[in-house]
Amino acid sequence: MLEVRDVHKAFDGFQAVAGVSLALARGEIAAIIGPNGAGKTTLFNLVTGHLRPDAGAVFLAGREITGLPPHRVCRLGLGRSFQRTNIFPRLTVFQNVQAAFLSHRGRGLDLLSHVEHLYRDETEALLASLGLLERAGELGAFLSHGAQKQLELGIALASEPKLLLLDEPTAGMSATETHETIRLISRIARERGLTLLFTEHDMDVVFSIAQRITVLHQGRVIAEGVPAAVRGDPEVRRVYLGERR
Amino acid sequence: MSARARVPWGLLGVLAALSVPFLGSRYYTFVATDVAILALFAVSLNLLLGYTGLVSFGHAAYFGVGAYTTGLLMKKAGVPFVLAFPAAGVLAGLLALVFGFFCVRLTKIYFAMLTLAFAQIVWAICFKWNDLTGGEQGMPEIPYPDLAWLERLPLVGELRTSDHFYLLTVVLVALCFWLLRRVVGSPFGRILTTIRENPERAEFIGVHVRRWELLAFVLAGAFAGLAGGLFGIFNRGVFPDFIYWTKSSEVLIMAILGGMGYFYGPAVGALVLLVLNQQITSYTEYWPFVLGSILIVLLFAFPGGLVGALDAGRRRLLRLGRA
Amino acid sequence: MPDPTFLFAQSLSGLTAAMFLFLIASGLSLIFGVLGVLNFAHGSFYMLGAYVAYQLVQVLGRDPAAFWWAALGAACAIAVLGGLVERLLLRHLYAKDVLYQLLFTYALILVLSDAAKVVWGTGQLSIARPPELAGATRVLGTLVPHYELFVLLLGPAIALGFWLLLHRTRAGRFVRAAALDREMLGALGVNVSRLYTSVFVLGSFLAGLGGALIAPAKAIVPGMDVEIIVEAFIVVVIGGLGSFWGTFLGAVIYGQVLSFGILIFPRFSIFSVFALMAVVLILRPWGLLGRPLKT
Repeated sequence: MLEVRDVHKAFDGFQAVAGVSLALARGEIAAIIGPNGAGKTTLFNLVTGHLRPDAGAVFLAGREITGLPPHRVCRLGLGRSFQRTNIFPRLTVFQNVQAAFLSHRGRGLDLLSHVEHLYRDETEALLASLGLLERAGELGAFLSHGAQKQLELGIALASEPKLLLLDEPTAGMSATETHETIRLISRIARERGLTLLFTEHDMDVVFSIAQRITVLHQGRVIAEGVPAAVRGDPEVRRVYLGERR
Repeated sequence: MSARARVPWGLLGVLAALSVPFLGSRYYTFVATDVAILALFAVSLNLLLGYTGLVSFGHAAYFGVGAYTTGLLMKKAGVPFVLAFPAAGVLAGLLALVFGFFCVRLTKIYFAMLTLAFAQIVWAICFKWNDLTGGEQGMPEIPYPDLAWLERLPLVGELRTSDHFYLLTVVLVALCFWLLRRVVGSPFGRILTTIRENPERAEFIGVHVRRWELLAFVLAGAFAGLAGGLFGIFNRGVFPDFIYWTKSSEVLIMAILGGMGYFYGPAVGALVLLVLNQQITSYTEYWPFVLGSILIVLLFAFPGGLVGALDAGRRRLLRLGRA
Repeated sequence: MPDPTFLFAQSLSGLTAAMFLFLIASGLSLIFGVLGVLNFAHGSFYMLGAYVAYQLVQVLGRDPAAFWWAALGAACAIAVLGGLVERLLLRHLYAKDVLYQLLFTYALILVLSDAAKVVWGTGQLSIARPPELAGATRVLGTLVPHYELFVLLLGPAIALGFWLLLHRTRAGRFVRAAALDREMLGALGVNVSRLYTSVFVLGSFLAGLGGALIAPAKAIVPGMDVEIIVEAFIVVVIGGLGSFWGTFLGAVIYGQVLSFGILIFPRFSIFSVFALMAVVLILRPWGLLGRPLKT
């Protein structure tokens, strides 16, 4: 589904991502972990077109997407949530998700229809599955942090992605919220047959849902494999897990 | 929306506006024409400002080009109004397409600066191109459209030519408002608001942000051009001042003063500002001083604009009523 | 081929105009660089500088150094005015949208221009050149007034002083840091609010000084505020908003384009500077010597 082939990216001489390769099969749930500054977010930005790699290539479902602008990448079936919550604050919850439907279904240049009732059923169904339906009329800005993260997930899902990239989906959440969010994400991934790639700080989260883990350190992959193997890897224990525990 | 019957405010507004000439005062008609045209100008700007989140500092360019287009066609080429008026929108829209192509590549303050630079280029050309535009002296004596058929109607027939032009203006402006309302209430309009709220996120729901911004820019320019076409006739002349950057900031003030978060906010801003202008200039020549002071007070006291303040007041009343 | 003497004269007059503009634009650019506020009222401060200098010359009367005292006094008065505006009003708008700041400074233009009309009327006023600079010298066949030469030297002198201030003092380092990365400042433990006020005061001082110094060369009239602010904008946009040497370069380019533009397209010289500004914005939106804004 996703293949990243030896991508590099440097900022002002600082090598943020130095030759990362990874591959994801359809329906797989994979995590990228690594200490702060390991290059996780940069790697995401290289995949989603927010940054252009200095070298290397990215393929989505067999099609090369290297250097395509984000709006094209999105249309090819890649959804994304951001590390800092990224919603449309002064639109209602309903409008946030509906807008994504409008854009994805190619209605964005429609100047003549009335927007209110377009994709109402789809939007409401999606909001219901996220548990946000009763708050549909509220402005996005007034939701709690956790609810905003869920809304952002809703926006990403409305584009009907085949592959979903989540950058720290539980960042800043309480333990309860984290738990709920993880259950929600894994349920939705299962229901929709999504391929999922996420970064996460919380190791409990990572080991509870990831089927495969890639460990980044200083812009390079230092370990990759099933959770049990990664947990036992001495290199990983030294640079990362050891540091934190 | 509750089960309450919706009041057809738009229709009532148009009817009220149409009744102004029957008050019989030349002065009222004059002010009302001014208000109607500048309201359209301000609402067109708000498509960028309030809906797309783009601050254009050169919107007067499109207004002015529209005014010159209609003026030149009617005065020098003898083209009838039915063609000269839409031509203003088309030409201003084309100009907005060319300038906008470059402007939407920039963000925020740089966008504002480039719109300003382009507008000043247009101003410099109109200011100096004596043969075409009359240069600094402008182009006086734009004829009124031929509305002789109105004279044969009962009631309306008694009115002056300027009243007839006013009635035409009201109808055309109302039509433009209706179109613009359709635009902002369409899926396209909704996508514009996502760009205003968060361009980065909009890009990642698959929106090619620049393309949408450019289309908004063209539409805003075209409607400003239509407003300009009417204004040149109303003003009995077209002058390079129409394009100068201070004109662009006046219309920005109208939009913000009225409330850029509301469709009719800028129109209310135009109404309040122009009526106030008329009132105050009859007392003192220092209108800019008064305007500046009002503006400063407003910025600090009602950042949501007049309509925003009214809206907040209305909600408070509703809440009191329920309690 | 036009006469070289004429070309020289033309270039010299462009350079003089550039030095005046530099004086005004450097303050505008400084304020934008540090505060992130595009101060439309900068032109009004410049105009008030000219009016206050005129007033002080009237008061000081026969004193041989009247002009110099007046210029200094005007610059200080405008600095105080700037400080008041920043402290009492502008600072409450920093948290709001840039649009509100723009609108506020525009409102100031309206208020200040009318205030000036109330006090000084709408006629033209002028100040005599200071006696020691009243003469003129022939340079390469062109008669150059001494006052013009003085301004030509003053521009670079102020640029140099400015540079020393920015690079050789502690406060200057903070200002430069702020221009590069505003968020970093708080982390450095700088009193940001005081820094903002100081920069605004300094910028206003330069505007007032510019106004006072231009008074002997040009008539003082209402409307000079709006005229100069457009020119100063072009200069800082060409050079790069917030860039000090960029402003200097922008001013020089502006002066030359304007004075030679007149030769090439006699009727469209204003056009040529706006076109230059547009081209710069399209190719390098952050200006010739500026840096891209962080997004």
